[in-house]
Amino acid sequence: MLARTLGTTAMAVLLAGGALAQDQSIIVQSTTSTANSGLYDYLLPIFEDETGIKVNVVAVGTGQAITNAENCDGDVLLVHAKAAEEKFVESGFGTERTDLMYNDFVIVGPADDPAGVAGMQDAQPALSQIAEQGALFASRGDDSGTHKKEMALWEDAGVDPTAASGDWYRETGSGMGATLNAGIGMGAYVMTDRATWISFDNKQDYEIQVEGDEDLFNQYGVIPVSPEKCPSVNAEAAQSFADWLVSEEGQSAIAGFEVAGQQLFFPNAPEN
Amino acid sequence: MHDIGDALGLAVALVLSGDADLLEIVLLSLRVSLSATVIACLVGLPIGALVAIGRFRGRDVVLIVMNALMGLPPVVVGLLVYLHLSRSGPLGFLGLLYTPTAMIVAQTILIAPIVAALSRQVLEDLHTEYAEQFRSLCLTRLQTIRALLWDARYSLLTVGLAGFGRAVAEVGAVIIVGGNIDHLTRVMTTAIALETSKGDLALALALGIVLLVIALGVNAAVQSVRITAARHAYV
Repeated sequence: MLARTLGTTAMAVLLAGGALAQDQSIIVQSTTSTANSGLYDYLLPIFEDETGIKVNVVAVGTGQAITNAENCDGDVLLVHAKAAEEKFVESGFGTERTDLMYNDFVIVGPADDPAGVAGMQDAQPALSQIAEQGALFASRGDDSGTHKKEMALWEDAGVDPTAASGDWYRETGSGMGATLNAGIGMGAYVMTDRATWISFDNKQDYEIQVEGDEDLFNQYGVIPVSPEKCPSVNAEAAQSFADWLVSEEGQSAIAGFEVAGQQLFFPNAPEN
Repeated sequence: MHDIGDALGLAVALVLSGDADLLEIVLLSLRVSLSATVIACLVGLPIGALVAIGRFRGRDVVLIVMNALMGLPPVVVGLLVYLHLSRSGPLGFLGLLYTPTAMIVAQTILIAPIVAALSRQVLEDLHTEYAEQFRSLCLTRLQTIRALLWDARYSLLTVGLAGFGRAVAEVGAVIIVGGNIDHLTRVMTTAIALETSKGDLALALALGIVLLVIALGVNAAVQSVRITAARHAYV
């Protein structure tokens, strides 16, 4: 009898816990750069204070974040791969995609710059030169937003780096931070978003070698997950989070976030 | 390599500061892994005992499978549990993904085979030793299992510790089913992975040292229970 009561109570607590978490909170399937740089630590308390909605962030690569959201395991998607995001909305998984903010990608490399690309502004010639020299290059190789961007740049440069995979081209299959750690460990060039780079603590002798190309532009978007595809989502709370992010208040909060005196994300949501 | 020195200092400072976030992470780690260990023992010990004293067809195959499952990769367990608990999975309606419960489930699946396989070996050896005595007492199978489990209790504590060690140290399963959500599902190992990816190697290593100390503490606690119990038994 006692055992059964205990069992029932435990079950009730378990289920109630699940239901409770669902009512007052949302899950954001997010790219890693926004989480690792500390942006959420800065933004979320402001939003949570205002609305009482608890925001739980699952930070994974853009590819995995989209897959998770398609499995209905998130209420909001916040990533940076516009084409994939638009496909997500077209397939009915998202209600609407809104531009949220941008920063840019940079190519970092060891201070002695073995491929001689330091100071170059155009990404494609820099990549071609790295390929020609056979200088080590560490790629995410994980279908993340950064990886997709990198592959598009290689294609523009007319190089198929995967042919040299395992040779000078090293696909780590890991997140941005892990790829930076690995790349720095082996003296390879790495393409990274600027936010992750500025807040990264293990830079050693690495420096930004290539920056400033329009093609290195990095746009983030926010999409509430569609309650039609995923009835379990907390649509109302998800929408208010997305609305807040693109509101004047959310946008100025994003602009106010700095690491080491540098602004990491530049709000660019369309004005309503 | 100055990171290692930094890490030691940082680890001490972290512990002494009584940081609330750290405490939360440590307590969640303990809660998840100890729960998984207890459940894995409740499931694994009876299975281990049954196989230990059982003589049935295909027993060799069962032994091989049990032993092989000790090598289950955490990330595969994590994926399997994710696919079941995902909203689009068969158990999605429970809403358990990204909760500590999901992490307990994953770790239980990971270590139950370890508990079953190791306890099977321990109990089978003991059974061989006692077989004649049991036969002369005409014990039922249930009585045999109870006697074996009781007599082997100290060795089985070590089996439980092996399971706990595996659970508390793994990152692959809990990061997938827990999501490493701050203040909700972040445990020691996922926090270490996060700090490593942020490039804060000293802090990551410091957390690793704290994790080691916790594992030491749990083992020491179990050991002292064992010694106290043994002393009482022989008085």
